[in-house]
Amino acid sequence: MTRFLLRRLLWFVITMFVVMSVSFVLMRSVPGGPFDQDRNVEPAIELNLKRKYHLDWPMWKQFLHYVGPLNLDERGMFGEGDRKGEKTFGGVLSGDFGPSFRYRDFTVNDIIGQSLPISALLGVIAMMWALSLGISTGIASALRRGTGLDLAMRLAATGGIALPNFVIAGFLIICFVFLIPLFPVAGWGSIRTMILPGFCLGLVFAAYISRLTRTGMLEALSQEHIRTAHAKGLSPRTVVMRHALKGGLLPVVSYLGPATAGILTGSLVIERIFFIPGTGSHFVNSANNRDYTLAMGVTILYTVLVYSLNLVVDLIYTLLDPRIALEDE
Amino acid sequence: MPTPQGARFRRQGLAAALFVGLFGGVLYLASGARLKPADFTFNNGTEVTTLDPATVTGVPEGRVLRAIFEGLVVKDPLTLAPEPGMAESWNISEDGLTYTFQIRKEARWSDGHPVTAEDFFYSFQRFLDPRTAAYYAYQLWYVRGAKAYTEQVDEKGAPLNDFSSVGIRTEGTHTLVVELEAPTPFFIDLMGFYPIFPVSRRNIESAKEQWPDSWEIRWLRPENIVTNGPYKVLHRRVNDRIRLVKNEFYWDADNVALGSIDVLAIEQDATMLNVYLTGGADLIDRVNTNVVREMMVREDFSPVPYLGTYFYRVNVTKPPYDDPRVREALSLTIPREQISRDIMKMGQIPAYGLVPPGIPGYKGAECRKEDSERARALLAEAGFADGEGFPALEIHYNTSEAHAQIAQVIALSWQRELGIRAKLRNEEWKVYLDTQNTLNFDVSRAAWIGDYVDPNTFSDMFVTGGENNKTGWGNAEYDQLIADAAATVDPAQRMDLLHQAETILVRELPILPIYFYVTQNVAAPRLGGYFENIQDEHFPKHWYWMDDEELAAKRAGYTGDKELVDPHGPPQGMYSPAEMRRRAGQ
Amino acid sequence: MSSPTKQAKTRWDLGGGDLDRLLEEAKASRGESLWNDSWRRLKRNRPALWSLYFLAAFALISVLAPLLPLRSPVVVNTSLGAQSPAFAWGDGQYLEDVPLEEEITDRHLQDTYWDLSFMDKALVHLRVGIFGRWQTGHWLGTDHLGRDLLSRLVWGSRTSILVALAAALCSLLIGVIYGAFSGLAGGRIDNLMMRIVDVLYSIPFIFVVIFLITLISDNRALLEDKLGLDREKVFYLVIGAIYWLTMARVVRGQVLSLKNSEFIEASRVMGASTTRILFQHIVPNVLSIVVVYLTLTIPSVMLFEAFLSFLGLGIEPPKVSWGTVAADAATAINPLRIFWWMIVFLSLAMGSALLALNILGDGLRDALDPRMRGKD
Repeated sequence: MTRFLLRRLLWFVITMFVVMSVSFVLMRSVPGGPFDQDRNVEPAIELNLKRKYHLDWPMWKQFLHYVGPLNLDERGMFGEGDRKGEKTFGGVLSGDFGPSFRYRDFTVNDIIGQSLPISALLGVIAMMWALSLGISTGIASALRRGTGLDLAMRLAATGGIALPNFVIAGFLIICFVFLIPLFPVAGWGSIRTMILPGFCLGLVFAAYISRLTRTGMLEALSQEHIRTAHAKGLSPRTVVMRHALKGGLLPVVSYLGPATAGILTGSLVIERIFFIPGTGSHFVNSANNRDYTLAMGVTILYTVLVYSLNLVVDLIYTLLDPRIALEDE
Repeated sequence: MPTPQGARFRRQGLAAALFVGLFGGVLYLASGARLKPADFTFNNGTEVTTLDPATVTGVPEGRVLRAIFEGLVVKDPLTLAPEPGMAESWNISEDGLTYTFQIRKEARWSDGHPVTAEDFFYSFQRFLDPRTAAYYAYQLWYVRGAKAYTEQVDEKGAPLNDFSSVGIRTEGTHTLVVELEAPTPFFIDLMGFYPIFPVSRRNIESAKEQWPDSWEIRWLRPENIVTNGPYKVLHRRVNDRIRLVKNEFYWDADNVALGSIDVLAIEQDATMLNVYLTGGADLIDRVNTNVVREMMVREDFSPVPYLGTYFYRVNVTKPPYDDPRVREALSLTIPREQISRDIMKMGQIPAYGLVPPGIPGYKGAECRKEDSERARALLAEAGFADGEGFPALEIHYNTSEAHAQIAQVIALSWQRELGIRAKLRNEEWKVYLDTQNTLNFDVSRAAWIGDYVDPNTFSDMFVTGGENNKTGWGNAEYDQLIADAAATVDPAQRMDLLHQAETILVRELPILPIYFYVTQNVAAPRLGGYFENIQDEHFPKHWYWMDDEELAAKRAGYTGDKELVDPHGPPQGMYSPAEMRRRAGQ
Repeated sequence: MSSPTKQAKTRWDLGGGDLDRLLEEAKASRGESLWNDSWRRLKRNRPALWSLYFLAAFALISVLAPLLPLRSPVVVNTSLGAQSPAFAWGDGQYLEDVPLEEEITDRHLQDTYWDLSFMDKALVHLRVGIFGRWQTGHWLGTDHLGRDLLSRLVWGSRTSILVALAAALCSLLIGVIYGAFSGLAGGRIDNLMMRIVDVLYSIPFIFVVIFLITLISDNRALLEDKLGLDREKVFYLVIGAIYWLTMARVVRGQVLSLKNSEFIEASRVMGASTTRILFQHIVPNVLSIVVVYLTLTIPSVMLFEAFLSFLGLGIEPPKVSWGTVAADAATAINPLRIFWWMIVFLSLAMGSALLALNILGDGLRDALDPRMRGKD
C-alpha cells in the first residue's frame, strides 16, 4: 500500500510540474496581455504596470518566482535595496498563488477561497442528483428488463446525454421559472436557487450512471452466485440488494472519477447560465482576461482535484471488490 | 479476525456516517450562503477590476465609485451640471488658470475622520505618480507640471521631478489650489470624474504600516477601505455582488434615502434581463436585442442619446486605404439607416461625424450621406472600377453578435454596391485589441465613449501619433486646431475651432462613422431621483423609492402610450430622513 | 438432461429429406467470421437497426443539403426578427438579390453567403435547375435574426457531423497507433506511455483550446491563405487532440487483454506467425472496440462543440452548426417572449441524432462482443 501511494505521489509531482510549465508557457504565448484596454496607456505608465507585476522579467524568472518557495523580487533573499530579506518565501510552494491581475483587490487565494465552497456545493448537489436518479433508474431498469418501463428508462437515460446541458437548462428555466414560477432564474443563496442548477448539471451523469448500473447489474445478475442465492431461497430483494448491487455498483464507482471531472467542466456553462459565483466561471474568464495568476491557480486546483479523486476512486474500488489488487497498471 | 457480521456492520456504519456527514455539510454550506435582500439592486455588467479610484478605467467601476466616494463636485442628476460635493465652493481666476476649492468642513470619511485638503493633495499626487500606474493620469495633465511629473522617470520608474513642480498645493486644512497649464473650460466637470475621487491618506498610510507586504491589496478589502461617499462597502463576493450600506458619516447622510444597495456582476444580456423581470434586480444597463421591440413600449425603458460613437477605423497606412477617395466610397455605401433601425432597434442615431450630438454649444461636422452613384464614381477614379483589382477587404471586430450582424450588413452592401469582396474576421477581445494596436487590419470596428461633456474628448483622439488614434492618420492642420482650441479661453471660439477640426476629419475619413449610442437602461418605475442623461452618469445619493402616490403622479405625466409594468420596490416608498421630516411636518 | 436433438434422432435415411436436413444444419452451424456473426446479431436488435437506417437517411439529407429547396441559412433579416413556425408553403425568392432573369453564377454564391465547396456549388446549380427559385416557407420559424431555422438545422448538421467525424477520426488515428504500440510493447515502455497519457489528461483542455484558437487567429494570414487551414479545420485537430487520450487507453487495454488471451496463445502454440496473429486476430478485435468507441465518441464531440460554441470558442458565424444554433437558443430565453421553436426543433434534431448514435453504439457493442457469440 505504501509503495503504491508513494508512486502515486511521485507521478503527482511530475504531473503538477508538467501542467504548471505547459500552462504557464501557453498563457504567456497567446497575444494580448492582462492590462490591454480599449484606451491605450502611456508607455511610462504601462512600463510601471508591468514592473509591478514582474511582467518585465524573463519568462524563466517569472516562472521560478511564481512557483517559489523563494521570493525573487526585491523583498526576497536575492533582492536589492532596503527591503531585502523582508519576505523570503513566496510562490505556490509556500501557499501563495499571487495577486489576481483582473480582480486587483483580491489575491488568487481569496478568490478561490470564496468560490470553491460554492462550486463544491454545486458539484455535490449535482452528484447527489446523478447518483440517486441514476442508480434507482438503473436498478429498476435492470430488474424489469425488456419491459416497457425498461425501454422508457433507457430512452430517458440516453436522452439525457443527447442534448447539451445548457439546452436542457433552457427548457427547465422556461418550464419552472417562467411558466410555473417555482425557482428563481439566477443567483446563489437560498436552497431554492440550488435545486435547478444542480439538477441540470447532474442530469448527464445520471444518464450515464443509469446505463452503467443497469449493465453492471445485468452482468452481476447473470453470474453463478446469484443463481445460487436464488436456489438457496433468499428473497429476491435480498438477492438484489446484497449481491447484485455490489457488482452493479463497481462500474459506477470507476466512473466517479471521470464524472467528477465532467461535473467540473459542465459547471462552466451552468454557472454562467445561473449566475453562480463558483470556480468554473473563473476558469474560462481568466483565460479570456489573460489573468495569468488566477488561470494558473484554477488550473492547479483542477489538476489536484482530478488527481486525488482518481486516487480515492481507485482505493474505493479495491474496498468494494477484493479481487482487484492495487496495481499500477 | 472480525466476524463477517461485524465487518458488515462496520462497513454499513461507515457508509451511513459518510452519508450523514455529507448531507449535514451540504446543509451547513447552504445555510451560510443566504443573504437578506438589499433595499435596491442594480446590475453592473461585470465584476469591477478594483475599488481604487486612481487605477480604474471602466464604466462599471465608475458606477460603484460614485456610490462610495465623492469628488470635489457631484453632478445634477438631470443636467449633469456640476454641484458642490466635497468642495462647498470654488473660485476661478480671471485668466482661467487658477482654481481655488474650499473643502467642506463637515465632510467626513467612513471612519469618522474629517476630509481635508491634505487628502486631496495626497490623492492627486498618488494619481499622478507614475508608480501608481493610473490609466487616467493624463486627465490631470491639464495641471501645470503634471505631465512632466508622470512621464519623466528614472530607470526604476520613480519620477525625476519633485512634486513641488506640479501646480497643486494646499493653503490651510481646507483650501486646495490648483494651477493649470492653459484655460480648460471643462476642468470643473473633470473634478466629478471618478478616477479623480480622493482616497483617505490615513487609511493607506496605516495599511502600509500594518501590512508592509500586502497593503496594496489589503487596504481595499471591505473591512479596511475608508470612503467618503454616501455608501460604504459591507462585503464583496467576486463575480457575485458588492453589498453597500449607508455611510452614517457622510456629510449629506440626512438626504440619502436607500439603506443598502447590492451591485451585481451579471455579464450575460439574457440573464440580467431575466433577473430584472423576475424582480431580482431593479436597474440594468443593457437589453437583450432579441426583445427590444417588446421593451420599447414599456414604461421602464426609455433610451436617450448617449455620448458615444460606433465607427470603423481604417488602416490608412495600407494601400489602397491610403486613398481618401476609396475611404469616402466606403463611407458612402454604409447602410446606416438599416443598421440603426433593424439591427440596433433602440433609436440609435445614424452617424456622419465623430462627435455625438447633445453637447451644448457645439455643432458637429458631417460627411456626405449615403450615395452609391458617387461612391462608384470615386472608386473608379481611384482605379478600381466595379471593384476590379481591389484586394479582399477584411472587416475586423471583437466577438459579439451585434458587431457580427453590422459587419455582415456592411460587407453585403460593399459587395453589392461597389463590387468589393469583403470578409469578416472576428477575434476575442484581447487579441482584437492587440491587432488594432499593431495596425494589423484593413477596417476595424471601434467605439468611443466620452469622458466629459465636451467635443475634445473625442477630437483629441486623432492627433498625429495619439495613442488612441490607431489608424495611422495624421494631419498637421488638424493637430494645430486641436492645440489652439486647448489654449482658447472664449468658449464660442473654442467650439468653432473644434468644429473646424472635425470638418477636416469627416473630409479625410480615417474613420467611418456608423451610429451614435443611446442609453439602454431599464429602470424600475418606482425609482426616484434617477434620470437618463447623456453621460449615463448617476449618483446613488439622489435615489429613493417613490410611494404609490408619487408613482401615480409620475405615470399620469407620461406622453404617449406606455405599457405599465411591475414597479418594484416597497409600496410606501423609501425616503431620506430629511424628506420624511418634511413630509411629517406638512 | 436435455432431450435428444433432432439430429441425433435421424436415421441415416439416404432417400432425400434427412441427409439434406443434416447438411442444412451442418451448414447452419459452421463457424462464422466475427463480422457476419455481428451483423446478424445487430440485425436482430430492432432499435439499433432502426437507428442505423435513421442515421443513414440523416447523413443523406445532410450531404444533399445544397440540393434541397431550402432558404439560405446565413442571410440575416433583422426586420423580420423571430417568427414562430408558419405554414406558408413557400415562395420563389431564393437568392432574392439576383434578378429572376439573370443566371446564378458562382460569384453570387460567394462567402457573403457561405463558403461552398465545388461539389456543393454544383448541387446548388442543380437545385436551381430542378426547383427554379422556389424555396420553402419558414416551416420551423426563424431565429431572432430572421434566419430560417429549418435550413439552419439542415446545414448545421453538415458542420456538426463533419466536425464530429473528423475529430473522431483524428483521435482514432493517433489513439489507435499510440495505444496499440503501447499495448504491444508492454513493460516499461507501456508504463511510461500510459503515464504520459495520464499527465496529459490532467491538463485542462480549455486553455489548450483557447490557446490554439487564438494562435490561429493571430496567424490567420499565414495559415488560412497559404495552408488553407481555417478555424474550422483547426477545430477538428484541437478536438481530436483531446479525445485521442481516451481512445489510446481503450485500445491499449484491449490489446493487452488480447495479447494474453487464450486464443492468441493457442494460435501461437499452433505456430501462427506474428503477422498472422496481428492481422487475423488482434486487429479485428481491436477494430471492433474502436468502432464501438467511435460511434460513442461522435455524440460526445458534438456536445463538446456545442459547449465551446456557448462559450464563444466554437464555430464562427456565418458558418452554422448545431452548437451555434443551440447557443443562440439558450440565450434567447426570457419571460417576455418564449421562443419555444428555437429550442424544441433543435432538441428534436440533435436529440434524435445523438440518441440514434448512442443506441447504435450500444447495439454495436452488444453485437461485436465476442463473449456473446453463439449465445443468442
